[in-house]
Amino acid sequence: MNRRGFLGRLMSSAALGISAILSRKVPGWAAIAHEPAKSYGMGVDVDKCIGCGRCMAACKTENNVRPEPYFFRTWVERYVIKKDGDVIVHTISGSSEQPIEEARERDVLRSFFVPKLCNHCAHPPCVQVCPVGATFQTADGGVVIVDEERCIGCRYCIQACPYGARYLNPETKTADKCTFCYQRITRGLLPACVEVCPTQARIFGDLKSGASPLTRFTRMGKIHVLKGHLNTEPKVLYTNLDGEVR
Amino acid sequence: MKRALYLLDKGRRQMTKFTQRFPDAALRILIVAVALIGGVLLLRSTLPPSLKSRKIQVAAATEREAARPIKYAGVPACAECHDAQYNLKKDGYHRNVSCETCHGPGAAHVANPMEVKPPAPRDRQFCPTCHAYNLSRPLGFPQISPVTHNPLQPCITCHEPHDPKPPAVPGECRACHGEIDRIKAVSPHALLDCTSCHVTPEEHKVNPRSVRPGKPTSRDFCGQCHRTDSGVPNVPKIDISTHGEKYLCWQCHYPHMPEVHGQEVER
Repeated sequence: MNRRGFLGRLMSSAALGISAILSRKVPGWAAIAHEPAKSYGMGVDVDKCIGCGRCMAACKTENNVRPEPYFFRTWVERYVIKKDGDVIVHTISGSSEQPIEEARERDVLRSFFVPKLCNHCAHPPCVQVCPVGATFQTADGGVVIVDEERCIGCRYCIQACPYGARYLNPETKTADKCTFCYQRITRGLLPACVEVCPTQARIFGDLKSGASPLTRFTRMGKIHVLKGHLNTEPKVLYTNLDGEVR
Repeated sequence: MKRALYLLDKGRRQMTKFTQRFPDAALRILIVAVALIGGVLLLRSTLPPSLKSRKIQVAAATEREAARPIKYAGVPACAECHDAQYNLKKDGYHRNVSCETCHGPGAAHVANPMEVKPPAPRDRQFCPTCHAYNLSRPLGFPQISPVTHNPLQPCITCHEPHDPKPPAVPGECRACHGEIDRIKAVSPHALLDCTSCHVTPEEHKVNPRSVRPGKPTSRDFCGQCHRTDSGVPNVPKIDISTHGEKYLCWQCHYPHMPEVHGQEVER
């Protein structure tokens, strides 16, 4: 055995020994190695959304979001793409009233609804910018939530979110956002918006589970995410997404 | 005594030497540093761990979020008691529509079934939330125009919301009289069969031009429902002995799309 070989074997056996000791000392390590933590995500099939706004209403009820039409944890945008190239986007009201026809039907090239919500990014810019560490990803599921007892209401995260998914709760004066209905998913229920969606346009599940409906969704469709170039790694996945959607 | 004075003097001389060796400024810095470090150590030892440990804060916030009350109970909770509706719905076109999509949040009802009753939308305003025509809706999704589609009648008059039926393949009268059927299907007379007014011999299907179906020949025929004392609910009533003189009803009113007056019917 030459010197290089001897040193190499020495180093690798030392590394093995250290990792063995560490995995016994730190209880989390061994568990992580064998059973990956959950990673909750949502699938949205744009072709199935009928723009009824039941998700928006259910979200407001479930999470006590203010009724005014500028506080949303989830919302639905209506895209109208006209033959002359104009794109009209507006957030639907969510009530049964008919949306205003901005374009005559013969001028419309195509039109559709896009449900939106917090993307629960794997690399969330909002978490990075929080000066007091009040927003974080949960250990189980990677859900981005706000600790309302630590949030100082500086609105930095609202500015940093590229998806506009956060708002300032006027009652608590803290940042507020979609939690995937954390109180429901920890009880084994679906998020309220997924529960009430009449056309299964929204699918909820664990991205790391082999059997979750979401895994099937990712296998069957061509998946897009919003603003993928920002490398935020969104966990809200879209199929049949139009190129005009920002 | 002399010895003591000597020692004191020696001590003072040594102290002077120490302060000469250790300048005033350095001493002050030392005192400030000791006070700072001591203060921080004291604060750290007296602060509760919930203020110091990020791990505890995150765990507490996660727990607080998980402990929030829920409002929507989920379909399995509804199915436990409402077998009939669940079984009716599970094979129909609304099988994937959650109960709470229409009936609203039901967790309070599950907790207290007698006191809290979830609403059942019975008016014309609710179903068009999904089924009104909107050009952004996907092709093939069943849509109607709420203005012309059987005005003023609640949707549940004709449609069972737990098991809605799509339009069927044309057969019988509709196979030939499609235009009349499409008009009648969205009119107040939608639920009347063609044969409830037209007496149709079987021979009409074979020789449609030589064997004609009948039409009502008296005002009393329409009067079965529309005379003042007919007792049929939610139907416009008229005194047929004075209204319309010598004419038959259908000479003025088009029976396949009778005109609609008044307020939306309550059900």
